[in-house]
Amino acid sequence: MGRTLFEKIWDEHIVASPEGEPTLLYIDLHLVHEVTSPQAFDGLRLNGRTVRRPDRTLATADHNVPTDPISTPVNDPVSRRQLEALEENCHEFGITVFPRGHENQGIVHIIGPELGVTQPGMTIVCGDSHTSTHGAFGSLAFGIGTSEVEHVLATQTLPQQQAKTMSVTVEGKAPAAVSAKDIVLAIVGTLGTGGGAGYVIEYRGEAITDLSMEGRMTVCNMSIEAGARAGLVAVDETTVDYLRGRPGVPQGEEFEALANHWRTYVSDDDAVFDAELVIDASKLVPSITWGTNPAQVVALSGMVPSPDEFDDPDQKNATERSLAYMGLTPGTPVRDIEVDVVFIGSCTNSRIEDLRAAAAVVEGQRVASSVRALIVPGSHRVKKQAESEGLDKIFLDAGFEWREPGCSMCLGMNPDQLKVGQRSASTTNRNFEGRQGRGGRTHLVSPAVAAATAIKGHFAAPSEVGP
Amino acid sequence: MKPVRVLEGRAVPLERSDVDTDQIIPSDWLKRVERTGFGRGLFSEWRDDPSFVLNDQSYVGASILIAGPRFGTGSSREHAVWALMDYGFVAVIAPSFGDIFRNNSSKQGLVIVQLPQVDVEGLIQLIKDDATRLVVIDVDQLRVEVPEAGWQRSFELDPMTRERLLHGWDDIGLTMRREAAITKYETTSHAPTLVGVFDSDGHAR
Repeated sequence: MGRTLFEKIWDEHIVASPEGEPTLLYIDLHLVHEVTSPQAFDGLRLNGRTVRRPDRTLATADHNVPTDPISTPVNDPVSRRQLEALEENCHEFGITVFPRGHENQGIVHIIGPELGVTQPGMTIVCGDSHTSTHGAFGSLAFGIGTSEVEHVLATQTLPQQQAKTMSVTVEGKAPAAVSAKDIVLAIVGTLGTGGGAGYVIEYRGEAITDLSMEGRMTVCNMSIEAGARAGLVAVDETTVDYLRGRPGVPQGEEFEALANHWRTYVSDDDAVFDAELVIDASKLVPSITWGTNPAQVVALSGMVPSPDEFDDPDQKNATERSLAYMGLTPGTPVRDIEVDVVFIGSCTNSRIEDLRAAAAVVEGQRVASSVRALIVPGSHRVKKQAESEGLDKIFLDAGFEWREPGCSMCLGMNPDQLKVGQRSASTTNRNFEGRQGRGGRTHLVSPAVAAATAIKGHFAAPSEVGP
Repeated sequence: MKPVRVLEGRAVPLERSDVDTDQIIPSDWLKRVERTGFGRGLFSEWRDDPSFVLNDQSYVGASILIAGPRFGTGSSREHAVWALMDYGFVAVIAPSFGDIFRNNSSKQGLVIVQLPQVDVEGLIQLIKDDATRLVVIDVDQLRVEVPEAGWQRSFELDPMTRERLLHGWDDIGLTMRREAAITKYETTSHAPTLVGVFDSDGHAR
């Protein structure tokens, strides 16, 4: 019997599989950021341990960094201390680090791919649940907690139970108005927040392989929102073309030889998955979350649901709670909901193609007077690229704020936060209560819908914007 | 971590599903570089509400949290486990858990008891009927019970997690016994490293 892509990568990374114990898995690349690492470095010091492979470890500041101009100081002393700790720890243990303002700094899941250090067939971990993003390259990438961060720093391995495999096939062509974000919102809405628990998902089908690498990253990014620790896409020419010429990969013949090896990172034709889900791409529509978990998805053209639509008492109860928190009335058309803030950014949607999609909608338009609209590019490289294309000017002319890179309002660890009761259209990945600031109300959308919403002041499709 | 064999304490029911780690410990608390003191941040967005169950006097001092399905989903923050333990919880009982949260708990000695939803609901009723009832969790026998009510259920833990809890084993120490295997693996691995990719200031060469 053939093997799935996940099984191939898994098998290649087994260090030991002792009887009655989890498999010891080798980790090829460990990405580190300031929030989930300080206690791990402390643990190393406490036990007199070192970092086994600094050459397989890469760090960046992202969660805490203010998105104000780099020349302004970090005013929050607790954040500042954590950012300093990352630099100090990396220098002490010999790890390459990109501090605030560095040309390579950005959201950890943006910079790995754009620098070409994320590569097919690798095992990649990071103390961050959205590490699944890197699975778009046919790598096994998953989030870990701080104890595991310390474990990987010390041993470059992790004891792991082998996950089950699930194929999610998005068959056929997606309509033109449907973005990668809409595809993954549909998947999470179908699987529910727990449907992927215990599985590694492989995304397949024409609507997936039609996506650019950036679109595939958006899909893999939100695997965790369906409970799956990892999601991946098989390697094809799109993968190889994206990586060619990036700083982390070799050049010339050496690259082509490596690429030939990468092309083996696909599931065998006769591989069997433990679970399968098929979604008809032709039925997909631009989507939005209405509630407080990412599976609470509805069509942009739809209405706020009612608790009466659910038979399961648990779901009915959860729906009531979500509606109350979100301040929404069942039956309200989604397009009638007004927003206070539009945020375009995060490891889900802050890459150059996301910014281009948003810019195409807002060009020549004005942000509604009642709306604060922010663009936070995912990295300095994305920001620089956007500026070279004049996108910054389009956004600034339309009334958007054009900010420095970081995680920013996705999780409100820096000063970019919603205020109590404020409602956002956000290109991020989580609409949890208080996620973007205490009392804030988050609706997850694609960059194009976020841009149209900024212009109209209420949820809107790009087609509604125009002269 | 400290060995855990039998836990005994009063319980508190948190009757909500999808309690994600952002609710357990909001991100504002994640700026700290310490591992202690997170108890004050536990469920902090809900604790201002006088009707929130942790503010109910009858549950003060409870050390076992009973929750709805999909507890601990979302962010990988281990701070969620630190906050629960710093507050005084030693175990969480629920119908299902987030994968990363479950892993993180096992590293800290927070005992995760997964029971069918109907049993969790039954247990919650027993506790709501009488909040003074003691719940006993036996990690060795993989059993949870309310002796006073004659209620008893079995639960599962993967064998290694059970062993590690019972002995208080340090994961890194256990892995370091495999040093030779790791070194051997490294001699055969062709996966690229970062050597030569960046200069000492982190600029791409």
